[in-house]
Amino acid sequence: MKFLAEIEVMPHKELLDPQGKTVANNMKNLDIHGVEDVRIGKHILMRLEAASEAEAREKVDTACKKLLANIIMETYEYALHPISE
Amino acid sequence: MKFGVVVFPGSNCDDDMVHVLGTVMGQPVQKLWHKDTTLPDFGPGDCIVLPGGFSYGDYLRSGAIARFSPIMESVVAFAEQGGLVWGICNGFQVLCEAGLLPGVLLRNTNQRFTCKNAYLRTATTRSPITRRLKPGEVLRIPIAHADGRYYADEATLEALQANDQILFQYCDAEGRLSEAANPNGSLLHIAGICNTRRNVMGMMPHPERAAEAELGNTDGRGLFESLLEAAPLPAG
Repeated sequence: MKFLAEIEVMPHKELLDPQGKTVANNMKNLDIHGVEDVRIGKHILMRLEAASEAEAREKVDTACKKLLANIIMETYEYALHPISE
Repeated sequence: MKFGVVVFPGSNCDDDMVHVLGTVMGQPVQKLWHKDTTLPDFGPGDCIVLPGGFSYGDYLRSGAIARFSPIMESVVAFAEQGGLVWGICNGFQVLCEAGLLPGVLLRNTNQRFTCKNAYLRTATTRSPITRRLKPGEVLRIPIAHADGRYYADEATLEALQANDQILFQYCDAEGRLSEAANPNGSLLHIAGICNTRRNVMGMMPHPERAAEAELGNTDGRGLFESLLEAAPLPAG
């Protein structure tokens, strides 16, 4: 079976995200006002093959924990979609 | 003491380090390719250096992909046997990603790549790279990084202090800690730390760029002189 994992990695809420802050502060240059906060993370699409949904979840979890996110600074969540050939 | 300098794709301070260790300090040194899977020539009395640079283009997070290079498994085993491991700049980031050192290095608070001389306060002399320095000694050593903001949770920061694991802190020319003298927003002004066993060391500043009179700065030399005096740790 083939799956598509849509993974979202975000910096922890309590961490300063200087990239997001810079973007938020510059919204007024676009004449957009009232922007209270911007936080920037990563959206990762991963296609994978696995015998079952459980196996696919195990693979995605391992990839997230070991490489795609650093759990000291980031959280991750994902949605898994079966895809046809 | 023999030195091995690991070369990852994107390392760019490896030659500077080989030059200082070999030509300036007169020590046996060799480059180690990241695809090597063993460290046959190195024992607990030796030192492996992870140099600065942009391993794997800093893709995903600085150091995140290099941490899974084939050689890193041997570097972890070498550290467990008591061998000295020293990571500078990107090397520090790799050591944190690999879990050999606690915490992580985040994007600088000011969002900039900062390349300038920074003042460092020697926070402890109980480490292989600081034993020849004086407690509180102020060094002027270049930094060159975008991801140098040291971060760890409260419990880890408390443990670092309780175990005397902070090697260097950013300070002003007089050795005072202040927000103005903190170039990247590091918690506790941390510029370098070691593990509890004190054989794995990481720091963002570049002492290899400040170890010869020809370069106008020899403040980094004391770290190399300290290292040469380091006695091997017992294995286990």
